[in-house]
Amino acid sequence: MSARWFGAPVPRNEDPRLLAGQALFVDDVQLPGLLHAAFVRSDLAHARIRSLDLSAVRAHPGVVGAYSAEDLGDLCIAGPVLVPPPPIERLEFHARTPLPLARDRVRHVGEAIAVIVAESRYIAEDAAEAVELELEPLEPAVELEGALAPDAPLVHEDLTSNLAAHVIQEKGDYHTAREGADRVIRRRFRYDRGVSGALENRGIVAWWDPHDGRLSVWDTTQAPIPVRNALAATFGLSESQVRVIAPFIGGGFGPKIMFYGEEIILPWISLRLGRPVKWIEDRYESFFATTQEREQIHDAELAVAADGTILGVYDDFLHDTGAYDPYGLTVPINSQCTLLGPYRVPNYYSEFKVVFTNKPIVTPVRGAGRQHGVFVMERLLDAAAQELGIDRVEIRRRNYLDPDEFPHDHEILYQDSAHLTYDSGNYAPALERAATLIDYEAFPAEQRKAREDGRYVGLGIVSYVEGTGIGPYEGARVTVEPSGTVCVATGVGTQGQGHFTVFAQVVADQLGVDPAHVRVVTGDTMEFHWGTGTFASRGAVVAGNACHAAAQAVREKIFTLASHLLEVSEDDLELADGRVAVKGAPDHGFDLADLAARANPLRGAVRPGTEPGLEATSYFGPDRGSTASGVHALILEVDPETALVKILRYVVVHDCGVVINPTIVEGQIHGGVALGIGNAFYEQLHFDESGQLSNASFMDYLLPTASEIPPIQTEHIETPSPLNPLGVKGVGEAGAIPVAAAFAQAVENALAPLGIEVLEIPLSPQRLFDLLERVGVESRELGGLGGPGRAGDPAKAAEDAP
Amino acid sequence: MSLIRIRVRVNGEEHEREVEPRLLLSDFLRHDLGLTGTHVGCEHGVCGACTMLVDGDPIRSCLLFAVQADGRELATVEGLAEDGDLHPVQRAFQEAHGLQCGFCTPGILMTVVAFLREQPTPTPDQIRDVVSGHLCRCTGYQNILEAVRLAAEQAAS
Repeated sequence: MSARWFGAPVPRNEDPRLLAGQALFVDDVQLPGLLHAAFVRSDLAHARIRSLDLSAVRAHPGVVGAYSAEDLGDLCIAGPVLVPPPPIERLEFHARTPLPLARDRVRHVGEAIAVIVAESRYIAEDAAEAVELELEPLEPAVELEGALAPDAPLVHEDLTSNLAAHVIQEKGDYHTAREGADRVIRRRFRYDRGVSGALENRGIVAWWDPHDGRLSVWDTTQAPIPVRNALAATFGLSESQVRVIAPFIGGGFGPKIMFYGEEIILPWISLRLGRPVKWIEDRYESFFATTQEREQIHDAELAVAADGTILGVYDDFLHDTGAYDPYGLTVPINSQCTLLGPYRVPNYYSEFKVVFTNKPIVTPVRGAGRQHGVFVMERLLDAAAQELGIDRVEIRRRNYLDPDEFPHDHEILYQDSAHLTYDSGNYAPALERAATLIDYEAFPAEQRKAREDGRYVGLGIVSYVEGTGIGPYEGARVTVEPSGTVCVATGVGTQGQGHFTVFAQVVADQLGVDPAHVRVVTGDTMEFHWGTGTFASRGAVVAGNACHAAAQAVREKIFTLASHLLEVSEDDLELADGRVAVKGAPDHGFDLADLAARANPLRGAVRPGTEPGLEATSYFGPDRGSTASGVHALILEVDPETALVKILRYVVVHDCGVVINPTIVEGQIHGGVALGIGNAFYEQLHFDESGQLSNASFMDYLLPTASEIPPIQTEHIETPSPLNPLGVKGVGEAGAIPVAAAFAQAVENALAPLGIEVLEIPLSPQRLFDLLERVGVESRELGGLGGPGRAGDPAKAAEDAP
Repeated sequence: MSLIRIRVRVNGEEHEREVEPRLLLSDFLRHDLGLTGTHVGCEHGVCGACTMLVDGDPIRSCLLFAVQADGRELATVEGLAEDGDLHPVQRAFQEAHGLQCGFCTPGILMTVVAFLREQPTPTPDQIRDVVSGHLCRCTGYQNILEAVRLAAEQAAS
């Protein structure tokens, strides 16, 4: 069978609906008698709820209901830990998950306390403003390190400290390796918080229809099936009575995989009132009520031989989980595992502590902690290269795992509880290619010339890996309808990744049809109700292979039935252009539409051992994730007057296994890089000492715009994964992962004469200014620092530093 | 709250409604008229998802009250396609993969349609400048810029 569509830049099936404004998003759902909800949220980071009186607002014209934790009764219990920690020895984990509505205490700004239901959103918000709520302020634990101090205020009063978890994973013997090292590089790294910034905020429409005995919930979730299961369990309904629909979702990026209190409360309201009810989070609310990511502090060491060979890595880090830890340890474990990168690291000691603070909850955001690991490792390698006088590309090349070292077991556990084992990889070609594309060899001359003109340009080049496509499984049902339309239903939700197209491509090749004629349905539990969700860059890998398997099974049915009807051997048949026919006799066969009708006769019997229709359901579950990889390189310029940084060129050479649709993959990379650039230089959540967020709007929290994102040049290298029949690996998060590391290296390189080190991300213009001040240079003096002879040589640069 | 009668033409169709003075134009379009193609991303005029045309000019419908649109000619994304055929700018966005989740897209399309009317042969800088008024979290903008360039090129040929 030829792969006509697989690998082709097929235009997206979903685009016409989206472009015409006809795609259904959650906020577009309109139902007769629809009510609207607004939440009353804490405006303090840590407080005791002294009193809450909803009686006055209940009398407010247009208000239909107002509810507190008390009203929720037995439903007001702490939710489950969604992802239990892997079975790591001696692991300590204190699960503290939020209540749907806070009862006695609030632990971060924005924690929900009450919900108002009204005939319009305007009325609901008026009433929410008028609620009589008295909060007694408590001292908050805000700063990550400070929260572990013995006298720190306790986020959870039943614990003896703010320690949420403590994990050690080890491979080999770092301390012995360290003794044998020629050089030990030690640094402290800090990575601060940001938001996912999906353009569509979260939203839920819940409708209990008593006549139908069915609860329908439209939800901006990345995991409709787990939400369905949770709602059925919560309300004592059969799973078949609950339909969760994740329609078009306006960006996910991780936080929409969380199961939030609102997802219990909205259905509960509808069950109670017998009317449909809608809640759409507003942007301000999203800065507190939607989960966030990224605050970590690492104390890390790299032990190296004089030739740059990595002997061992030591890392001891703190991870801020915010007020609760409902998503377990996925983020810090990703940091811990991804740090090893594409390198041969014989000895590794990694210890982390997860810390509760009075800040919004942390769960995975695109990259999901992998950025931190890459940042630490790449920065350590840069420092080692500098100290040892080795070229930064060369030190990476020397430490890469070779293609014959796969599968490679790193001997520690990954987020999916499986051994961190890389399935396949071929790292050096990506590095060579990226170096070529960015003109690495020619750059020092370019840099020298720029400095002569008083311009500060720098180059960064780093490597990364990403564990993608983890289990447990996904499924798909493929049907050839009597109209000839091929339908694919799968359980994963979709948030813009192009699933309607790539799944269609996978199926189209098996069934000999045009992918434009394949109708894909995702994220509706009535259509398909087995699966877990869209996360960990797994849609194309896990659901894609399930689609492939189901299409293969339908293909077999087509051949079996056609062979029976035409009385020829299956070997003599071919399937193409929507028609199965005898080879060399195209008139002797059936259109798929016709065959589908014959497979579902209105009279006569379906023979024992056969099934009606041309339909099959299949599942795919990989033993473990497949490891994607790549190299990012960029050239940027630092403006000495403003400390602003402009990226001039950006190159990505990546390997996500076999590519299903290069256009879509490139789009994923572009978006990831843009998010990474935001994280590296523009986006930071500023919490003050009282735990208040001072930049909770898009005016003050700076998502990058088209002006900040450079042209991104992308190339693919394809090292198939042996873990799935299609050979694919995930790519959804990859673009975002190494950007900060590359950016930091390039800024250092641009400012090499000053000898500054970038150890913190995001590096805003202010922070860069502060860094320059720390080395005793005011930014205005920078302009005078150029000149021949000072550029390009890191060792010289270090000597020259003031 | 007292209601005010307004009359607007949206995508060529006349609508007359009684609305609260505080009703946002974006909510009026989405909830009162059922034109849900216009999306709301921030409600403070930054993201641009709710952009539509008022008398031909792109505006952010979350920053206007419905009553301010009284007597005006409005155009939303639903009005771009004709007889089921996508507008050339819409087609260029599909061709260049200028959208992913598609949530910000309707606002960008409206801005670009008005922009290309004013400036049919834009420079790359002009394109970047006009697109920089919108936030998109999925695409990294590169293919949006390409879509605008492509739309201009195709219109010229």
